[in-house]
Amino acid sequence: MFPSRFDYVAATSVDEAIAAKGDGGDETRILAGGQSLLPMMKIRLANPSKLVDINGIPGLDVLERVNGHLRVGALVRHADMVASDLTFGAVESAAPWISDPLVRNRGTVCGSVSHCDPEGDWNSVLLATGADVVARGPSGERVIPIGDFVVDLFTNALNEDEMVTEIRIPVPSGRSGGAYLKLERKVGDYATVAVAAHLELGGGGVITKAGLALTSVAPHNLKVTDAEAALVGEMPSEALFAEAGELAAAASSPRDDVRGTAEWKRQVVRTFARRALATAAASAG
Amino acid sequence: MTKVDDTTHMTTPPEIGGIGHRVRRHEDARFIEGQGNYLDDIVLPGMLHMAIVRSPVAHARITGIDTTAASEVEGVVAVVTGELMDQHGLAWMPTLSGDTQAVLATDKVRYQGQEVAAVIATDPAIAVDAAELVEVDYDILPAITTPQQALAPGAVLIRDEKEGQTDNRVYDWEAGDKAATDAAFAAADRVVSLSTFYPRSHPAPLETCGAIADVNSVTGQATIYMTSQAPHAHRTLFAMVTGLPEQNIRIISPDLGGGFGNKVPIYPGYVVATAASLLIGRPVKWIETRSENLISTGFARDYYMTGELAVTNEGKILGLRVQMLSDQGAFYADAQPTKFKAGLFHVVTGSYDYPAAHVVCSGAYTNKAPGGVAYRCSFRITEASFLIERLVQTAAYELGIDPAEMRFKNFIQPEQFPYHTPTGFVYDSGDYPTALRKALDEVGYDQLRAEQVAARAEGRLMGIGIAHFTEAVGAGPSHTYDIAGLKMFDSAELRVHPTGKAILKLGVMSQGQGHETTFAQIVAEELGIPVTDVKVMEGDTDNTPYGLGTYASRSTPVAGAATAMVSRQLAEKAKRIAAHLLEAAPEDIELKAGELFVKGTPARSVTIQDVSLAAYTNMPDGMEHGLEGVHYYDPPNLTYPYGSYIVVVEVDPETGVWKVERMVALDDCGVRINPMIVEGQIHGGLTEGFAMSSMQWITFDDDGNCIGSNFMDYLIPTAWETPRFELLETCVPSPHHPIGAKGVGESATVGSPAAYVNAVIDALAHLGVRNIDMPLLPDRVWSAIQSAQG
Repeated sequence: MFPSRFDYVAATSVDEAIAAKGDGGDETRILAGGQSLLPMMKIRLANPSKLVDINGIPGLDVLERVNGHLRVGALVRHADMVASDLTFGAVESAAPWISDPLVRNRGTVCGSVSHCDPEGDWNSVLLATGADVVARGPSGERVIPIGDFVVDLFTNALNEDEMVTEIRIPVPSGRSGGAYLKLERKVGDYATVAVAAHLELGGGGVITKAGLALTSVAPHNLKVTDAEAALVGEMPSEALFAEAGELAAAASSPRDDVRGTAEWKRQVVRTFARRALATAAASAG
Repeated sequence: MTKVDDTTHMTTPPEIGGIGHRVRRHEDARFIEGQGNYLDDIVLPGMLHMAIVRSPVAHARITGIDTTAASEVEGVVAVVTGELMDQHGLAWMPTLSGDTQAVLATDKVRYQGQEVAAVIATDPAIAVDAAELVEVDYDILPAITTPQQALAPGAVLIRDEKEGQTDNRVYDWEAGDKAATDAAFAAADRVVSLSTFYPRSHPAPLETCGAIADVNSVTGQATIYMTSQAPHAHRTLFAMVTGLPEQNIRIISPDLGGGFGNKVPIYPGYVVATAASLLIGRPVKWIETRSENLISTGFARDYYMTGELAVTNEGKILGLRVQMLSDQGAFYADAQPTKFKAGLFHVVTGSYDYPAAHVVCSGAYTNKAPGGVAYRCSFRITEASFLIERLVQTAAYELGIDPAEMRFKNFIQPEQFPYHTPTGFVYDSGDYPTALRKALDEVGYDQLRAEQVAARAEGRLMGIGIAHFTEAVGAGPSHTYDIAGLKMFDSAELRVHPTGKAILKLGVMSQGQGHETTFAQIVAEELGIPVTDVKVMEGDTDNTPYGLGTYASRSTPVAGAATAMVSRQLAEKAKRIAAHLLEAAPEDIELKAGELFVKGTPARSVTIQDVSLAAYTNMPDGMEHGLEGVHYYDPPNLTYPYGSYIVVVEVDPETGVWKVERMVALDDCGVRINPMIVEGQIHGGLTEGFAMSSMQWITFDDDGNCIGSNFMDYLIPTAWETPRFELLETCVPSPHHPIGAKGVGESATVGSPAAYVNAVIDALAHLGVRNIDMPLLPDRVWSAIQSAQG
């Protein structure tokens, strides 16, 4: 591997990392797991002037439930999510679908979230579960709802001198279920289409909260608010989930590519949304 | 778990480990423990590193190359362009198919990724950085990305430098009898046809291609370490191209990390590295990146095929007509026997008995990478086998006959061997009905057909696909087969030392097939020397006998035969030595599992080790010392392995996603020398067949940009998606091979794609679906269902 020349800073604290990132301007990148960044540097699609390595910063590997949230620190690897018994619903369902075991061992959840690749899996899960992103900059910490954090294709809401320190995923207190259904061509491939579904049920089984988000079928991970609205207040049923599937298909804007035609991808969205919601409802018990 | 019937008949005990023993591969320990010696492991004193500047566009005239900035980078020793190569007569080189290929482009670039310049530096990173600074001006020309476009009137001429070339046609070639075939079609009740495209793929060996050229500027000795499947042939061609005396060229093929045909051609990088070393006087290393390997080196397939079967209403085949159009890329750089422009594609008549066939083949230049040589295809038999097995399946549906029954109705019968095919092959041996019957019984065919009916009633889509392939391998007899004039014999040289330990040297070259074990087992079988006492050497042209190399499943049929023959030559001498030691007549000595004894009195015996020592210490007067020989084997015929493969799939009607539920593969490759290695070869081929049928292809956009230049876009299945394989065998030995072996390296790659595709088509056949081109991506399957359902 022969990337272009770059400077390298091994930060030992978040403050040091933020300072190093702020100095370098927009050609500076944070290096966490490196599983998206380094392959792009290898083929020189990414040519950062400086890498700020955060792997040596203590405390960023926090993974815990506190105050009704699951805290996922900036150095928590995908494999940690697979192994953890703190995950639930769509989060638990998605973790083993992240790329392949090699990438999961090294790649981080927060890195994937920050990357804002519309083919990335975690942002759909976060959109469906209503998570927050915690960012730190020179003036302190701010909490950004995931819907605001994901701006566009490879574009997040961070300022140049900010970095993501953790993600907070709300843990439902009542009956809930979730699922992540992913169609990939092979292990390690990005999703051709994937759907994250999250349901919370109230007394009598009525849906009190619904999350539905799509991977790889829009310029960014897409929260299907129409479908979510249609689900809330209803009893789970095949017909309801089929209707949500139709709304998801309509909301998606896939493109023809080597993975398949847009028409077919929309059909997979329709099918997977229906199936994911059914699985979520079933797992809510 | 694989299921294998034990049909081998071992004649040696495990401690000798002759034919039929599952001897663990001798080579594996060093590979597993990181002690292999691949090209990139080799470091020579003073070695420089080369990076190649490649064309970013598919078709353009070069209007200028500026190397100034690159040359000024500290550590850069030289920047080589086509102009410099041309001064030494090396801007172009011949291909193995009698065409020419640019080494470094001088006039035009003709495909994306073509070699334009090379930077030689003290460090590989410096070379890569400096290569980015070479400025090339391109005047863009229209890109041709299909052979149909290439042959359309008014198409831009790709090979405008070639004298007499007025269009983009590479070749026209035909086999069979047109008149007889026309007559068969006139007499038919029906004609069934199928047009299908076998897309471009790439073998993508784990190790990419590379070379280290080390030319001594004083002696002129050129030692070239090279990722070569055919080091001897390459040395001869190097001598012809460069004008260096052949005795001064030593090609060493170190451990190869896979080849699959990708390491058969001579690549521009090898030639440039050699020229650079010659000019600079220091060793020069060049090794491809993954993307360079995928975009520029020997690809596979890219065949457009239409087949027609003349049939009776009862399902009897009367004749076959085939038209094939191949996309050769910008240079015709296949490797195949000289007489056969489309390789052995005319074996397309398959496993069936009918009197007439006519096969018409054409090739076209396009603005795509050259090659076509690769990927475990036995010279284009992969494409041929795919077409006939898809076509027979299609005919079965059209006639309302069960696809298995259709095959039984038309099989060549066991008593018809040797069987002369209408396109000129003489199949050596086989029992096709027994093979297919056994595979059907194993998979539970009748039960599956009943389950299929039930599944359809529930709205589920289940399919059962069959392929019964026949290959033609082991090229080949010198009267018919040569590459660039070199006859396709192969060789073995065997020396047994005084302590009874042997060295076997071969003209072929393993890329992972396990030669160090398999060929040692042949010696063990013939002479009774324990397999662990036989060292096998390959790949160094100074230290091995001349041979044509390893590809087209030829090593066991040709070099394996040479090994058996040279072993028998030594066995004869061993008997004469034993006769001397035992004071008996040579004709009374028998050799069995390493014991030489007097017929009828086995107590009067010596061992092969005793004889080996005597060969150097106690020879009878008048007999030459030593126990050593060489044999050049010219096969009397090709060998014809075959197999019956059955795949069961379930298709999701809502998404088109399909999953293999069963894969039963019966192979008959004659006698199996090491059944474990054979099964490994079959597993690999079945995996590759699954890859091509399900996910693997290299495509191009309209501008000729390669889609599939890295492993994100070019997919290799992992253990996760690869089906579980159930293996079976029958054994009908080759009648003309000394140990009855037929070769198996490519069987499963050849035979399995049609089985997978037939299974998916079978799931949709009741809807009227007859064809989906590979790879059977779920969107294509879903679209086929939608179209069929109107």
